[in-house]
Amino acid sequence: MSRRPEPEHAHDPAHTDQAPSGGPARSARPGLSPAPVLDVDPLIEDRGTRIVVCCGSGGVGKTTTAAALGLRAAERGRKVVVLTIDPARRLAQSMGIDSLDNIPRRVKGIDESAGGELHAMMLDMKRTFDEIVEAHADPERASAILGNPFYQSLSAGFAGTQEYMAMEKLGQLRARDEWDLIVVDTPPSRSALDFLDAPKRLGSFLDGKLIRVLLTPAKVGGRAGMKFLNVGMSMMTGVLGKVLGGQLLGDMQTFVAAMDSMFGGFRTRADATFRLLQAPGTAFLVVAAPERDALREAAYFVERLAAEDMPLAGLVLNRVHGSEADRLSAERALAAAENLEDSRIVDQEDGKAGLRNSPDTYESSAGSAAETATPEAPGTPAQDVAPDGGSPATVDDTDTDTGAGVGSADEVDAERSVDRFTAGLLRLHAERMRLLSREQRTRDRFTALHPEVAVTEVAALPGDVHDLTGLRDIGDRLAANRPELPEASA
Amino acid sequence: MSRLQVVSGKGGTGKTTVAAALALALATEGKRTLLVEVEGRQGIAQIFETEALPYEERKIAVAPGGGEVHALAIDAERALLDYLQMFYKLGSAGRALKKLGAIDFATTIAPGVRDVLLTGKVCEAVRRKERSGRFVYDYVVMDAPPTGRITRFLNVNDEVAGLARIGPIHNQAQAVMRVLKSPETAVHLVTLLEEMPVQETVDGIAELRAARLPVGRVIVNMVRPELLDAADLELVGAVPRSSVARSLSSAGLGGARRGGHAERLVDPLLAQAEEYAERYALEAEQRAALAEVDLPRHELPMLAEGMDLAGLYALAKELRAQGVS
Repeated sequence: MSRRPEPEHAHDPAHTDQAPSGGPARSARPGLSPAPVLDVDPLIEDRGTRIVVCCGSGGVGKTTTAAALGLRAAERGRKVVVLTIDPARRLAQSMGIDSLDNIPRRVKGIDESAGGELHAMMLDMKRTFDEIVEAHADPERASAILGNPFYQSLSAGFAGTQEYMAMEKLGQLRARDEWDLIVVDTPPSRSALDFLDAPKRLGSFLDGKLIRVLLTPAKVGGRAGMKFLNVGMSMMTGVLGKVLGGQLLGDMQTFVAAMDSMFGGFRTRADATFRLLQAPGTAFLVVAAPERDALREAAYFVERLAAEDMPLAGLVLNRVHGSEADRLSAERALAAAENLEDSRIVDQEDGKAGLRNSPDTYESSAGSAAETATPEAPGTPAQDVAPDGGSPATVDDTDTDTGAGVGSADEVDAERSVDRFTAGLLRLHAERMRLLSREQRTRDRFTALHPEVAVTEVAALPGDVHDLTGLRDIGDRLAANRPELPEASA
Repeated sequence: MSRLQVVSGKGGTGKTTVAAALALALATEGKRTLLVEVEGRQGIAQIFETEALPYEERKIAVAPGGGEVHALAIDAERALLDYLQMFYKLGSAGRALKKLGAIDFATTIAPGVRDVLLTGKVCEAVRRKERSGRFVYDYVVMDAPPTGRITRFLNVNDEVAGLARIGPIHNQAQAVMRVLKSPETAVHLVTLLEEMPVQETVDGIAELRAARLPVGRVIVNMVRPELLDAADLELVGAVPRSSVARSLSSAGLGGARRGGHAERLVDPLLAQAEEYAERYALEAEQRAALAEVDLPRHELPMLAEGMDLAGLYALAKELRAQGVS
């Protein structure tokens, strides 16, 4: 088995030297709908896997997932290229791909001892489109196309251009055959499905009926057999001219005529990419967060992939909140927090009363008030708590006293402040448990509808991922096969 | 108060939810708002838990105090056909164009044309008046494309300038721009307290300002409650485990001794507090970044039970309380 570096993950006990093939299967989930567990290591280690496509709605961590998988595969001996669409700036910088030049760059700082390499690139859709034009038209025609306002608008702004160009780039990378695994991130579409439809849509526009209509005046002239057809068409272009403005139609016709030679190519390429996505070496990962909308999109995608005969490897459920203390319910945690706070309020009222009544006997009373707030960290908070407790000098004296003597009063005070803190911990836990049960319900709804889909859950991180260490951590979490959420309580 | 309220935001920030809540919030005291979606996602129908919206304006909610929210899902193809019908009385020729793929072509491949049609329809609704001279809608709220595309979407004039220098599309674009660049319009951006959405928001505001589009407010969505304050956070790494165990035990959560119920809770609870502390610090950074754009900022709470209709009314109430409507 390929060697891989073991980064330190003190907070991730499930990440052990589990055999990549899964070890003891954790897929035996109790409950009504046991979802199989998605094991990513066998997937990325299998030399037969040539393309992994990460798809899903926006904001669910697709780019990070793609980059983390690519890194993990490379450190396990694969020669990988990751095609990202719109990475976070700092992540791109850390991978050395922040310059948008459409060229895969080798990522430095990864462990290549297993013989793997990681390359990464950021998609420049306009440039990719320009390159297609330049490759498929003679220079004169190419410059006519590139300068046409219609082309400029199409290449920069068409809602499907990015999707189409991502697929185009995928086809190019695959054709170069320099990498044995390509991991693709998909564009942040308004709907996850756009990415499958856009290439077809663009392809069908570019060699559809309308194109022929638009080309007619320029090309067919007055051939006898076409005469009837021509009448209809000139009427049509007349209407279009009226609606869109004559100059617009002119530009469109010039554009279409200039692109004419490439239309067949577009369709062929779109079809080839589509077949590539259906090929056995391709695996789709649907990425989602445990939220209603994201999982609804994921469900559409799962159904669509099945309809298109595209191989789904499974669902990556990102940003899942777990708890090591999930036996303590939200309700019990809240009740316990109230217990602590009730007793504290009674105590504190006594303390404050003492403080107000006897400002000169600061040694006991003022000390207790300050202690209540900050036994470990004297300073500003203490002043917040006892603004009316006497002069600042009083508070300062208290601070020095804290270190000196540990009377029984101080102990009581320390206890109170810990109680207050513990109540906070319990409220935090209650919030976590509510979130967790909501996420669990959302996930269970998905697995009930799609019990066949393998799932891997990735715990939410408090912050964003900016560097290779962070990506490695995500990779470990992806491969850990550890359900974050408790089982369905059915 | 601008009559056209445009709501944008990065994917996943809940911009459709915020747009819907804003439409509800603005529908106070007998006012009537129109909530419009332009991307064909049927997000409004999902939020209001109704069936898919057709291409027509219909009432979908009643706000507290008798206000009404109407909704419209604009379809670019239908908008173009209507437009052709209105100006050219095309009739069956329109259907023939559709059959040829011309409508599809015009609305999809030429991005400017599509956007002019969508924003054109919205601006029409903003300006529409009843016979009495009163506006049909007091406010129009648009659930707009995401932050990355919003400036291009709204700046239709520039977009079609290269394509249509004269003609009806050009004229339409001019009329639309007059509304969008006036004080009648405000563009709000929805974000989360996370690095990428905040970065995109800051970039988006700069782009909107450069295009002289009126930027309104920043709305921070899904803000988690503050459960530990600064003093608590100081304790996270410093408090003796045994005293937390005793405290948990005194709250009735089992034994504080090693291996006792309460004692076993200490580590997980402190780990959760550490995560909270880390997130707290990151959120403070993001708030600071947002403060620099110098716009009114509002925060909406994360709803523990997830988004549903009741949650939507709660968010609307919150927006109203914060003086957004």
